Amino acid sequence: MSVDGLAIDASHLARRYGRRWALAGVSFQLARGQVMMVAGRNGSGKTTLLRILSTAIRADGGRALVAGYDLEQREEIRRQTALLAHYSYLYESLSARENLEIAAHFCVAPPPSAADALERVGLASRANDAVATFSAGMRKRLSFARVLLQKPSIAFLDEPFGQLDPEGFALVEQVVGELKRSGATVLIATHQVDRVARYADVHLTLENGRVA
Amino acid sequence: MINALHKELLLQWRTRAQAIAVFVFGATSLLLFSFAIGPSAALRQYAGGFLWLGLLLSSTLTLSESFHAEMENRALEGLLLLPVSARVLYYGKALANTIQLVLLGIALVPVMVVLYDAGTTRIPTIVLIILLGSAGISAPGTLYSAMTSQARAKQTLLPLLLFPLIVPVLLASVKATSLAILGDPMGQGRSWIALLTAFNGIYWSLCGLLFDRVVED
Repeated sequence: MSVDGLAIDASHLARRYGRRWALAGVSFQLARGQVMMVAGRNGSGKTTLLRILSTAIRADGGRALVAGYDLEQREEIRRQTALLAHYSYLYESLSARENLEIAAHFCVAPPPSAADALERVGLASRANDAVATFSAGMRKRLSFARVLLQKPSIAFLDEPFGQLDPEGFALVEQVVGELKRSGATVLIATHQVDRVARYADVHLTLENGRVA
Repeated sequence: MINALHKELLLQWRTRAQAIAVFVFGATSLLLFSFAIGPSAALRQYAGGFLWLGLLLSSTLTLSESFHAEMENRALEGLLLLPVSARVLYYGKALANTIQLVLLGIALVPVMVVLYDAGTTRIPTIVLIILLGSAGISAPGTLYSAMTSQARAKQTLLPLLLFPLIVPVLLASVKATSLAILGDPMGQGRSWIALLTAFNGIYWSLCGLLFDRVVED
């Protein structure tokens, strides 16, 4: 695989919390436009891997190129990526629309309007309600809208099915399909292995911070 | 920068009940100082000092809360993952905190005038001193608030770190305010205002440079 065609080129990535190594030398390559499923038990290092690659945290060892940029080139990587994290990244006292508009103000490319993004995740009717009044599933949908707003070329989705209802599951698959059709690369860390395996191009299984 | 400031002002507006509570706290502090001294001419003499102590104590409440919304759902991390410089977010928040402190300071002036018989006609000078003093508190205050926002004892840690650093700002603000109230025949007020301006220049540039080291992993 040529380096130019790679969305991610990770080599011996490592990260520790205190004395415990959450990632202990993970290496892999992922071509542009592919969907990768990252599987593994709780504590296997899935979230840490996605957080390092999205530059939310630093690696304690190893190297990686994300969209052709070294992990130290954080601003360049952040222009190209979006992370759906365990945390919603939302302001409780603001409405759904205001939360998306704040994110949109900081996006590089002109993003789709907040109203469009809310429509796509089924929250148009609650656009002006404060996030504090939302259920966990609705917060997850709003976080998805935030990812769509960023128009990423690489999307990191950490447990995207968590807290969602069956309609929400379909929404995740629809969004992943749209991202893939737009040429984006998608990494999905999930326990829903059977569901994601249907459309993932590449599988990566982690065990105790290493590739199994 | 405008977007970051707009976000902060929107968040402050949504939690405006807290600003009222902070004002009541500041006004109560001024009232307690007047009880401590008793009815005496010294009240007017020390009015500037009491005003700034009230504002300083109130500022710790404002500043320690300013990162609450950012930490609730890790919203700050979400913003940092967008292509925006941490410095821009810092200046937006520090400016919003300054605006809040200036409004609080201006609201406390009539309380000071009534309680300490400290009337003055030099209102524009007092407002300028409040602006510079508030900026001098909020620049390092915002940085330290970010540093302590995830600590368990943030309410204690913030004043412990902040107060020693802003002694020069407090001193210059008190002196300049006292001169504005009591009269300034020698024109010393300008020197204290110049000192305040210089400290603001140092704090605002240094804290802006350090902020990304504080908030980035």
